[in-house]
Amino acid sequence: MARKTDKKFRWRLKHLLGLRELDRKEIEFILDTAKAFEQVGRRPIKKTPPLRGRVVANMFFEDSTRTRNSFALAAGRLSADVIEFTKKSSSVSKGETLLDTARNLEAMGVDIVVVRHGAGGAPKFLSRNINACVVNAGDGYNEHPTQALLDVYTIRQMRGSLDGLKIGIVGDIAHSRVARSGIWAMSKLGAEVTLIGPPTLMPAQAHLLPVKISYSLDEVLEQLDVINMLRIQFERLGKNPFPSVREYSHFFGLTVERMKRAKPDIIVMHPGPINRGLELESEVADGPNSVILKQVANGLPVRMAVLFLVNQAAAAESKSK
Amino acid sequence: MNTDKSILIKNGRIIDPANKVDTQADLLVVGDKVAQIGSIKSDCENVIDAKGKIVTPGLIDIHVHFREPGDEEEETIASGSAAAVAGGFTSVVCMPNTKPAIDDQTSVEYVHRMGRQARKTFIYVMGAVTKGREGNELAEMGLMAQAGAIGFTDDGCGVQDAAMMLRALKYAGMLNVVFAQHCQDDSLAAGGVMNAGYNSTILGLPGIDPLAEEMMLWRDIQLVKKTKVRYHAQHISTAGSVELVREAKAEGLPVTCEVTPHHLLFTDDAIIDYDTNYKVNPPLRTIKDVEALKRAIREGLIDALVTDHAPHLQSEKELEFLAAPFGIAGLECALSLYIKALIEPGICDWPDLISLMTHRPARVIAADRGTIARGDRADITIIDPGAEYTIDSSRFQSKSRNCPYNGWRVKGRVEKTIVAGEIRYSAD
Amino acid sequence: MVWGYGLMKVILDAKQIEAALSDLADRIARQISENVDIAVIGIRSRGEILANRLSEKLSNKLGKTVPCGTLDITLYRDDLNNPQSDTQPTVRSTVISFDINEKIIILVDDVLHTGRSTRAAMDALVDFGRPKAIRLAVLVDRGRREFPIQADYIGCKVDIGPGQTVEVNLVDTDDKDQVIIK
Repeated sequence: MARKTDKKFRWRLKHLLGLRELDRKEIEFILDTAKAFEQVGRRPIKKTPPLRGRVVANMFFEDSTRTRNSFALAAGRLSADVIEFTKKSSSVSKGETLLDTARNLEAMGVDIVVVRHGAGGAPKFLSRNINACVVNAGDGYNEHPTQALLDVYTIRQMRGSLDGLKIGIVGDIAHSRVARSGIWAMSKLGAEVTLIGPPTLMPAQAHLLPVKISYSLDEVLEQLDVINMLRIQFERLGKNPFPSVREYSHFFGLTVERMKRAKPDIIVMHPGPINRGLELESEVADGPNSVILKQVANGLPVRMAVLFLVNQAAAAESKSK
Repeated sequence: MNTDKSILIKNGRIIDPANKVDTQADLLVVGDKVAQIGSIKSDCENVIDAKGKIVTPGLIDIHVHFREPGDEEEETIASGSAAAVAGGFTSVVCMPNTKPAIDDQTSVEYVHRMGRQARKTFIYVMGAVTKGREGNELAEMGLMAQAGAIGFTDDGCGVQDAAMMLRALKYAGMLNVVFAQHCQDDSLAAGGVMNAGYNSTILGLPGIDPLAEEMMLWRDIQLVKKTKVRYHAQHISTAGSVELVREAKAEGLPVTCEVTPHHLLFTDDAIIDYDTNYKVNPPLRTIKDVEALKRAIREGLIDALVTDHAPHLQSEKELEFLAAPFGIAGLECALSLYIKALIEPGICDWPDLISLMTHRPARVIAADRGTIARGDRADITIIDPGAEYTIDSSRFQSKSRNCPYNGWRVKGRVEKTIVAGEIRYSAD
Repeated sequence: MVWGYGLMKVILDAKQIEAALSDLADRIARQISENVDIAVIGIRSRGEILANRLSEKLSNKLGKTVPCGTLDITLYRDDLNNPQSDTQPTVRSTVISFDINEKIIILVDDVLHTGRSTRAAMDALVDFGRPKAIRLAVLVDRGRREFPIQADYIGCKVDIGPGQTVEVNLVDTDDKDQVIIK
């Protein structure tokens, strides 16, 4: 499945801040590179040396064991040293500012900072102020590029290409950085994206994005080739935009009943962790159409590819100085 | 006042819009008053050659934030005053959102005194409407008015509760002062850091809906209909607000409004890089709003141009966008910014621009300023309209540097600022 | 030798390449004992093609299937963090679907030059297991080693200056089979 990369193509980005700024070629390059990393996890020695002697810092200001571990493992498989830095607070509470924290890490010799933060734009802000590479592991409501990359990687794995596929993203789109990154990646790779959810969970200017919008899952389900169920994050919801859990799952949950009406080979995705019974019924989550565990597994090669590529760009840049 | 001190300003283009004056003439200042305008021969020692320059009534900014008391590291009344005269402003109106808020007579007197001591620009004060600006209890507006406060506002925020607003309006009416409002319904604006629109959607930042401003403005206009109190809408930013003001004025209501330079120069596209220099409240809006504001200025609907000078430390602005404070510091380059936004594109001519920066704002606060006829207080600004320079924030008189204009090449330099007959700023 | 035009000199044509590979297969086969397992692994990308051809020949000669794998050495290069040129190092997959433990691995590359690629390949291989032995087979040895590495089986030796390059064209990826010097 590896494409012939245009010989003149150069990966020059030493940061991965979001997918909105990348073009199709660049996204495909990451996916092609990830493919090559897939088999590292199947060898007896699950390690390769490209980041040997490099230090990767996981700077997570929001809870996330899954993404953090995925990045740590990816870095480890590239022989990098990993340091974990988790902090519940942001610059708002009394304490070290985000910038000071990052600068301190850099002074200790960190080469790549993987950052997850509650404020959109925080990784971009860091990238302008420190020398290390910055990889966005999720910033506020803005983007979660590696999640979207592993999502499209999984779809590509199953279908070969996204061109012409009809993909539905269901749930709290307004507060979902996974959805946003997904919208950019999927539309750039040629898919037709439909956002599905109640109007209170749609972003304000959703109609200006390269998507279709539907307030009814039942209306569009049958046309979909892929359906990505987003997690309803109670902790983010604030002034309840929908009346109850029961009502949400009734109208927007992916039930066994609904699956009967969907295409038989529809790909069912979820970024995890699943609220069983809310977004998906258990049987669907564990069923034959679900690629949820594949997504998790694919997170490894995708993140390895990202770390490898940003490190390459940084090495090339410092060489040219 | 030294009565034998005099200044002769020769050959300037004197623009005094209130008196419909736009003429080439000399102006003689004796003591603290304008003594004579015309062709003057005098053996006065202080002669300013104003050939090619514009001589206007001292500029008036009715919306600035000097952070004293409480945040003196950001700005003091002294440094703010120095910044004001450097920008050509002979009078400014200080907002009360200091720490503590200016909500009693003593604080008003304090600000006045510090302003006199600084001996730069003339300081007016707007007192807080509610105690601590918390929106719960009326502040001692009467005593503050007696101490010289020329109006009231809870600026920084708006008065949220309608009943409270009605009471406050009635009370302000009794005192015959202007009620100024930062129109922002917090329930609609909650947590927003930029305009709610396409850009906030793709940047993943919480947005402030234009309705948050327009709802409160609409509500207040209904209350003004009832109470007929002088009401001033601060820093309006949306096309919807422009329409509301237009209707209110058409109905003969005593409603006035003001606009800042950044709402004429930028849209929320500027925020695409999460640069906190563009984080301001009310936020930068869309091109439709910018154009509506410019049209409103051309139609004469807007009463005052203000800076909403909001100084912050670099360390405060050097945070992620969500956490950084709102505000742009802009006193010193304001005139050049308005030239860029209004004169160069032909929306205003010089008399109109001067009008919006002198006698019309003076009328809003009912101050006896903004004109330079014989016998008037000698508050005068001399401007070189063609002089080009580069804005260098590192040389600001203000303590703070937070603005998006650094490095801009602009026109229109303030040559001299004269306050009460004293040259308090001279460009070198 | 077939001489070409201009600055390009063809040193091996298709027939000669075929002959060289057969010769390599012969020599390898002669040195392998009866009950020892061997496998061929080619270094991407032309080494892979040569490895496929070689493993086929070996399978015929030995009367048993000689498995063939492909090794991408990009991740093991020594110039990743110290780029020597502006070319983008493209990582491609490594496919070794058999166990390399206790096997004699014939590592195949098209051209042996500095020896760095071979070093990288060996480092990559040992992450897959512990082979009984690694033997290096190359189509062309062009000398000018930078690392102390020698090939066990060589198709053809050339001695050219640092300004010249040896290019191996194979019909699978280029127009035809030939080895040229530029």
